[in-house]
Amino acid sequence: MGITTAQLRRYGKPLVFGVMLIPAVWLTYNWWQAFQYQPHDLGFNPQETSNRFTGDWAMRILLISLALTPLSRIFRSPKPILFRRMVGLFAFFYASLHITSYVWLDMAFDWPELWADVTKRIYITVGMTAFVLLIPLAITSTKGWVKRIGARQWQKLHKVVYLVGLLVIVHFIMMRKGFQYEPLIYGGILALLLLLRVPAVRRFASLP
Amino acid sequence: MLIKSKEKWMETENSVTDEAQYLNRRTFIKSASLAGAALGAGMVGSSLGFAAKERTLLPLDYAKTSFNPGEDLTPENAITNYNNYYEFGTSKDDPAANAWRLEPKPWSVKVDGLVEKPGTYAFEDLVDMKSLEERIYRLRCVEAWSMVIPWIGIPLSSVLKKIGPKNDAKYVAFETLADRKQMPGIRRPVLDWPYVEGLTIAEAMNDLAFIAVGLYGKEIPNQNGAPLRLVVPWKYGFKSIKSIVRIRLKKRKPATSWNKSAPREYGFYSNVNPEVDHPRWSQARERRIGDFGRRKTLMFNGYGEQVAHLYKDLDLKANY
Repeated sequence: MGITTAQLRRYGKPLVFGVMLIPAVWLTYNWWQAFQYQPHDLGFNPQETSNRFTGDWAMRILLISLALTPLSRIFRSPKPILFRRMVGLFAFFYASLHITSYVWLDMAFDWPELWADVTKRIYITVGMTAFVLLIPLAITSTKGWVKRIGARQWQKLHKVVYLVGLLVIVHFIMMRKGFQYEPLIYGGILALLLLLRVPAVRRFASLP
Repeated sequence: MLIKSKEKWMETENSVTDEAQYLNRRTFIKSASLAGAALGAGMVGSSLGFAAKERTLLPLDYAKTSFNPGEDLTPENAITNYNNYYEFGTSKDDPAANAWRLEPKPWSVKVDGLVEKPGTYAFEDLVDMKSLEERIYRLRCVEAWSMVIPWIGIPLSSVLKKIGPKNDAKYVAFETLADRKQMPGIRRPVLDWPYVEGLTIAEAMNDLAFIAVGLYGKEIPNQNGAPLRLVVPWKYGFKSIKSIVRIRLKKRKPATSWNKSAPREYGFYSNVNPEVDHPRWSQARERRIGDFGRRKTLMFNGYGEQVAHLYKDLDLKANY
């Protein structure tokens, strides 16, 4: 690749940052419009739209963050790793928006009802567990925390993200009605990304 | 908190297109397609495709109704653009985008099973277009949203009287068209096609059970179940089967589509019941389309007076 690491740090990171913000900007703008009684693109059931939109993006960005390590192995270049923390934090950011959308816009802070949902509806329990597991990963994402915990321990801790990925896919499959392909496609992508981490698979594909 | 968000489709009265101008647009399309024909055969094809998307919904003659909950009607645009009709795709906007492929005229309905007069009925022979009436009903979807819809049609009982159920008939089963050519969603195995729904004879003979052929004063749009659909307002929306091609009277309970797909989630009765939750969400409240917050869901969707007696010997928790 002709792009240097320095250039990626200087221009690549702000660019990726901006691009990753686009869905959030779109959503905020449209809710702002809705609250002002102005035309918006959230459709006839804005709460449903925003729950799905934030969930979709949290899941997509989580999968992108999980793709960066395999990509760096395939290209035998550490450059994709430069973006791993930022992309991972964006996954957490969209997951937070997803929770906000559900708790505030959809359920209007009806805590008893919310608690009933989280404990009684397995797919919400699964989704909420995935979110809660992401919190310590987001908190310990800084360099300071890597030092404090120790690189080896830190890496072990952050393997929790594989479990989060699985929970997210289960949550997605469970919320759809009937037999639908879309959750299975996302599930397939996650399976591939996890497989590429298995030592035997890496040896077979002669990846580092 | 009730925030009424003003949508793009919420127009003021004075911005309504003048009727003469509105009707004139057909002439414009016609002349445009004639011009197209002059330009070449390819253009004709595309203008025909355009014409198909623009199915004209004729106004209907109907009697005004006494069935009116007195609540604000859900805007027509919401009713015709926010649909669950999986034969046209699983997104809410898929039916409005894809249902132009459906050809509702001519239409026939196969009537069989335990009836005096089985056979294939033309739409016009089954639905007496001279005795149409309007019914304003609440519609409560199993997904916890709701609408208020001005249907036009005839009581289901009038159709049943025409075909004459035999004494041993206990259930009515309905089937939706399942045609790959007209319905792109059929290619995906979301459900076991064709879509099947059913009622007990007592439910079907109830005054509220309705066959709708129109909506908001006009013929019913394809995405809402043209040319004829069931409306059972005290049950979750998926019971109100669309684009009916077969009516079968049976001794045994029919195997209905959602019940087969997820028996724990969708029962045969599927009466609106705020006390019996869907395993994945609460049914205690619902969002009326257009409202910001949720409102309480009513037992039998507020039609208990008319239908509760049908279930007085039934455990509604076990028979959800």
